[in-house]
Amino acid sequence: MKGRAEMPKRTDLTSILVIGSGPIVIGQACEFDYSGTQACRALREEGFRVVLANSNPATIMTDPDFADATYIEPLTLETLTRIIAEERPDALLPTLGGQTALNLSMELVEAGVLAEYEVELIGADAEAIATAEDRQRFKEAMVEIGLSVPRSGVAHTMAEADEIVIEIGLPVVIRPAYILGGRGTGIAHTVEEFSKAASDGLAASPISEILIEESIAGWKEFELEVMRDNADNQVIICSIENVDPMGVHTGDSITVAPIQTLSDVEYQVMRDAAFACLRRVGVETGGSNVQFAIHPDDGRMVVIEMNPRVSRSSALASKATGFPIAKIAARLAVGYTLDEIPNDITRATPSSFEPVIDYVVTKIPRWTFEKFPGTSGVLGTSMQSVGEVMALGRTFPESLQKACRSLELGQAGLNATAAEMRFDELSDDELRERLPKGTPDRLFEIESALRRGFSVDELYELSKVDRWFLDQMARISEERLALEGRSATSLGRAEWRRAKQLGFSDEQLAYVLDGADEDEIRRLRSEHGVTPTFKAVDTCAAEFEASTPYHYSTYEDECEVVEGTAPRIMILGSGPNRIGQGIEFDYCCVHASFALSDAGFETVMVNCNPETVSTDYDTSDRLYFEPITYEDVMNIVEVEKPIGIIVSLGGQTPLKLADRLPAELILGTPPSSIDIAEDRDQWADLCERADIPQPPGGTATSVDQALEVAGRVGYPALVRPSYVLGGRAMELVYNDEDLTAAMAAMAVGGSLGREGGLSAERPVLIDRFLESATEVDVDALRDSTGTCVIGGIMEHVEEAGVHSGDSACVLPPPNLSAEVCERLSAYACKIAAELDVVGLINVQFAVRDDEVFVIEANPRASRTVPFVAKATGRPLAKMAARIMAGSTLDELEAEGFVLEVSDSRFYSVKEAVLPFNRFPNTDALLGPEMRSTGEVMGIDVSPGLAFIKAQIGAGMVLPIHESGCIFMSLADRDKAGGLEAAQQLWDLGHTFVATAGTAAMLQEHGIEVLQVIDRLDQGGVNAVDLIEAGKVSLVVNTPRGRGARADGSYIRIAAGQHNVPLLTTVAAAKAAAKGMSELRHAPYTVRSLQAVHGRA
Amino acid sequence: MSGSGAKAGNGAAAMPSAAALVLVDGSVFEGEHLGTRHEQGFASGEVVFNTGLTGYQEVVTDPSYAGQIITFTYPHIGNYGVTAADSQSSGVFCRGVVIRDLARRHSNWRAEDSLEAFLVERGLSGIGGVDTRRLTRLLRDTGALVGAFGPLEGNNAVTIEALKAAASIEPGTDGIDLVATVSTTDSYMAGSGERRIVALDFGIKKNIVEQLSRLGTVHVVPASTSAAEIMSMRPDGVFLSNGPGDPTEVGYAVETVAELLGQVPIFGICLGHQILSLALGGSIVKLPFGHHGANHPVRDNTTGEIEITSQNHNFAVDAASVADRAELTHINLNDGVCEGIRLKDGSAFSVQHHPEASPGPHDSIYLFERFSELMTDFKPIRITSGEGAG
Repeated sequence: MKGRAEMPKRTDLTSILVIGSGPIVIGQACEFDYSGTQACRALREEGFRVVLANSNPATIMTDPDFADATYIEPLTLETLTRIIAEERPDALLPTLGGQTALNLSMELVEAGVLAEYEVELIGADAEAIATAEDRQRFKEAMVEIGLSVPRSGVAHTMAEADEIVIEIGLPVVIRPAYILGGRGTGIAHTVEEFSKAASDGLAASPISEILIEESIAGWKEFELEVMRDNADNQVIICSIENVDPMGVHTGDSITVAPIQTLSDVEYQVMRDAAFACLRRVGVETGGSNVQFAIHPDDGRMVVIEMNPRVSRSSALASKATGFPIAKIAARLAVGYTLDEIPNDITRATPSSFEPVIDYVVTKIPRWTFEKFPGTSGVLGTSMQSVGEVMALGRTFPESLQKACRSLELGQAGLNATAAEMRFDELSDDELRERLPKGTPDRLFEIESALRRGFSVDELYELSKVDRWFLDQMARISEERLALEGRSATSLGRAEWRRAKQLGFSDEQLAYVLDGADEDEIRRLRSEHGVTPTFKAVDTCAAEFEASTPYHYSTYEDECEVVEGTAPRIMILGSGPNRIGQGIEFDYCCVHASFALSDAGFETVMVNCNPETVSTDYDTSDRLYFEPITYEDVMNIVEVEKPIGIIVSLGGQTPLKLADRLPAELILGTPPSSIDIAEDRDQWADLCERADIPQPPGGTATSVDQALEVAGRVGYPALVRPSYVLGGRAMELVYNDEDLTAAMAAMAVGGSLGREGGLSAERPVLIDRFLESATEVDVDALRDSTGTCVIGGIMEHVEEAGVHSGDSACVLPPPNLSAEVCERLSAYACKIAAELDVVGLINVQFAVRDDEVFVIEANPRASRTVPFVAKATGRPLAKMAARIMAGSTLDELEAEGFVLEVSDSRFYSVKEAVLPFNRFPNTDALLGPEMRSTGEVMGIDVSPGLAFIKAQIGAGMVLPIHESGCIFMSLADRDKAGGLEAAQQLWDLGHTFVATAGTAAMLQEHGIEVLQVIDRLDQGGVNAVDLIEAGKVSLVVNTPRGRGARADGSYIRIAAGQHNVPLLTTVAAAKAAAKGMSELRHAPYTVRSLQAVHGRA
Repeated sequence: MSGSGAKAGNGAAAMPSAAALVLVDGSVFEGEHLGTRHEQGFASGEVVFNTGLTGYQEVVTDPSYAGQIITFTYPHIGNYGVTAADSQSSGVFCRGVVIRDLARRHSNWRAEDSLEAFLVERGLSGIGGVDTRRLTRLLRDTGALVGAFGPLEGNNAVTIEALKAAASIEPGTDGIDLVATVSTTDSYMAGSGERRIVALDFGIKKNIVEQLSRLGTVHVVPASTSAAEIMSMRPDGVFLSNGPGDPTEVGYAVETVAELLGQVPIFGICLGHQILSLALGGSIVKLPFGHHGANHPVRDNTTGEIEITSQNHNFAVDAASVADRAELTHINLNDGVCEGIRLKDGSAFSVQHHPEASPGPHDSIYLFERFSELMTDFKPIRITSGEGAG
């Protein structure tokens, strides 16, 4: 029965366990930090004791303030069982931590843990989860309620698969069961493709089950976000239409809210179907999404799938409409009904309504294929993007262009910038060949095609992108053609307004029009009164008065921004997640907002990433969901008139703007300091002045210069472009040949060209690489009076040469002497002083034989800030924000902030999580270019135990409890170190197989080797076969250097594909062996952060 | 069949003519002309808004909008074209549309034509490119305002001054019997079956007729039809339709309903709900903002269920004024406004919102079933003449 529940809030529950989603991986990004944070806040507001488990230290939700007991521990059945035994929660809320939390909750049910400890599953019960997640059950359930689904069959073996495909006919889609983000999913058009996709899918599924389905590629794709309460009241929060047709994973599709091309008649049928779906699946309360496909020619509608939990789309829907799905879902789970929960934004109305919007929302994913050589760059049914942007505009063209420039890929909109040349260079035939494939470039190729006169109908036939979207894009192309070559001074008010309403940025207009640069364009249009107006996101299309200041810019008559009452500080966010710049920076921005708000400022957040906590409308006093470009930021500056802008907490995105923004508004470290740190010569002068040793190096803008520098400093050398984050295109080179190749890669436009390229202003840095050195990261805080405190000293597990973002690190440093630590601290503070730092600085050092060399300094928040904060219990980002806003460290101390922390008896390890499972053909080797998407943290009483926890948290299934067979293949230089690890593993009872050289070395030292493994080309038993046969439980394989694909890469790829734990450095092997050994003797324990920091 | 717009995609359309909308309070909204060019150069009426994300065709053809200029708050209108099946009436009752961005090309397999062609076909004009959010915020704060719009260039162009003058003399919808302008002049039948339903047409939407015809044979009769005439048709139930304007202007219908009470089961929607309430001696209030969308939460107090409803009304029933004879069955959860009543004797009920949807959610469709049950269970309470039912 629909209606109002008898009792509102449940009083029989006291404490609730929330499971987070773990490390950021492809398919599961910071949207679950956003949802988990909202849920934790809502549950605590309702008076519940919240127990949180999440292995990801970069999240805001794992801040000790957001839960009563925060467990940064591996998300495994074993760990969760211990947490439950320790905390004895009354209930488990499984629907807010993505697929990870849902799967783990199901494991807890199946293992009988929830029953044993009398923990109730709230939100969705096991039956509902199983119905939604098991594709065959789901399909049967949908058919049972009269909904149409694609024809399909389930196979557990290849024989079954072949039978099914004969019945359905090609093309078909293959989907493995119980897999998040569509991993292992593929389309097959031919028998050969089918055989491969089916066997891959069976291998990827944890239960060896695949669904084989009629292909509906090319159909229109839609999604509805639904909320349901325990009285069966259901509402649609948001409708979403994919620009990319079926065949491209929805996480990789450009999507638009609301639905644009369905009539009310069709929409209402879909709405009824979504409700029926939730009812049948049995989602008790909370948010779910249901995906549909519609045949473009006859309107046949099929249900694709549903998620009985908050999802990436829910985050998008929340940001798109202003309806806080996760917060409401948490309240519904504890007994409230929708009509009992007020709508925060209108305050006057209840949550039992359907938001309507009067703008268009466009989401575009962001990919990083350039980091994964060997990938095709073609989008399919398995998600590959690492982040996304969202933009709001009054029309689709406006929001699309804003989204394009939010991506930070050198496009200031939909082409009309120099970056378009890449697409314009393609011949018509090349375009025709490319357009049927979904790729990151397709959008821009479509525009190029429209501009050269392709008809909408032809483009539809090629791409299956709906004609309405194509025609709307054609408006942009036509406008651009109409303006091209005209003098900027000749435009009148109506023309300026028309162009701006179609979303053209000043930068694009400067490119298209004659005789004006971006600043001049801004001046000219402003003279004609064409300046942005800011509208509010109010959930009701202005039908009611709204009180939440959540704004977007557009070019209309009326601006709705209300003047503030307190001094305002703007915080520029970090834009779309990408490798090297992710949730860590959102954490910093959010903390800054909280701290400054507490200190009496009004905070103004600017960001364009819908997955984040920073873009939650109640994180800051004001939220501007806008691209982070000079033009867009200045528009907000002009309307908000802030007293300061924080640019140093959001990574490179805001930092890149620092030079152009009004200097008097930049808070904290002056932007010129960043130039000093990045400029090779100035930096060398600084180090010399401060008497800090650095490895020899130089800069080059040409290959000849580079060779000259390398000749002087010697090989091996580290080569990297300046002004990039995450080690983009950084390479370790061993000889002239390597160096020439690296320089060539950087000089071509390609992917790097989009983010910078090679020029006199952005030379390449070449440094001598210190072999066998320990890399160390130091985070420090300095105030305007010159007081400096060390945030943390982190010793890397992998030696220098592996990007710091991909390396595991330990805090406090277990192997550095007190004297070295003191020297590191002194150097860091000295550099901070030289750079006039006010706020945070991160300095990287290499330590070899107690000699300390400085590698680089970044006078801004670094990726490690949240980890250090969790490890030491100090809110570094909050302190940094206060310092930037004028407080001194002494003043903060007086307020109760702790400046110096005494040594903890705990060690914390941060480990990177890499996405190689998404890019199965990429070699899983670590190097100077960062490729991890996320991180986990392990906390324990010894470095070894903490390291093992971090490994488990990162998903490694190490042979801990039982002995296994270890495959070892070491490069010569690693043999000595590898022996140490092997000895420990041997003592634990593991057996070994090894390649000839390694086997000889092991046997020489008394370690028995069961089998000597041949090279792949020798035709005998090889490692890949053994891995594929499931006979290997751990692979230790270190690389032998660059060059053509060696056996090692095939072995590592095979390990990745078969989920066999893989260690590729000797340092990691040693740490793991030590931890595995300690774990044999010490019990596995869990501790809340509050207990670790003595706050429990 | 792709069903897409016939207009070639890439050819730049002729530059549109500048146009303006002027409200009686002097506000001017710039835009561009759409649709028919009227000989007098402008169209005028009461300016209202609708927040639905879909359903523009149903709204434009809904007779309840008689005398009104409809502002669509969703910026893109016309995306999926128009199709005859979705029209809610065959006449032209609204005075025009205000749009932020009219689709120049539509795309949907059901589409038979574009919205602009449809407007021209029905002799309607509109104004596009308007900051409809600014207009909506104004209307929200001041209530509906009368206004006039027209092209400032090209054939039959007008001036801002002329539009101001037109706005100042536009009578709006107050004090006018708009029902008389929209009601059918001749009775007609729909559906089949033994059960006989007489539907008083105050501006009835096509989908209401369709929903009723699932219950039996529907006789749609003019609003002016007397109680005696109705009872002579031996109805199993009488339906009071939706319609435009102020219910106090249709006193004749109120009298008719007062006479019918107790003799026959009655179900009313929207204006029909207000007329029923007036017949019970109740009073009508004008709402500060009105309800104009397809997302309003309503609770059915008889079951506790919440339904998301389609609404379009500026007037509402003062529930207290009918409390002696009827119970409040439905309330709007946003503002507590009365959305439905039922006579204490159970012989009649009515709702303010639109269970027939079109456009909007189907959540309230159960009300037609409720009417069906009432017709089955009904025992006459009052027989005033020899022609009593049953």
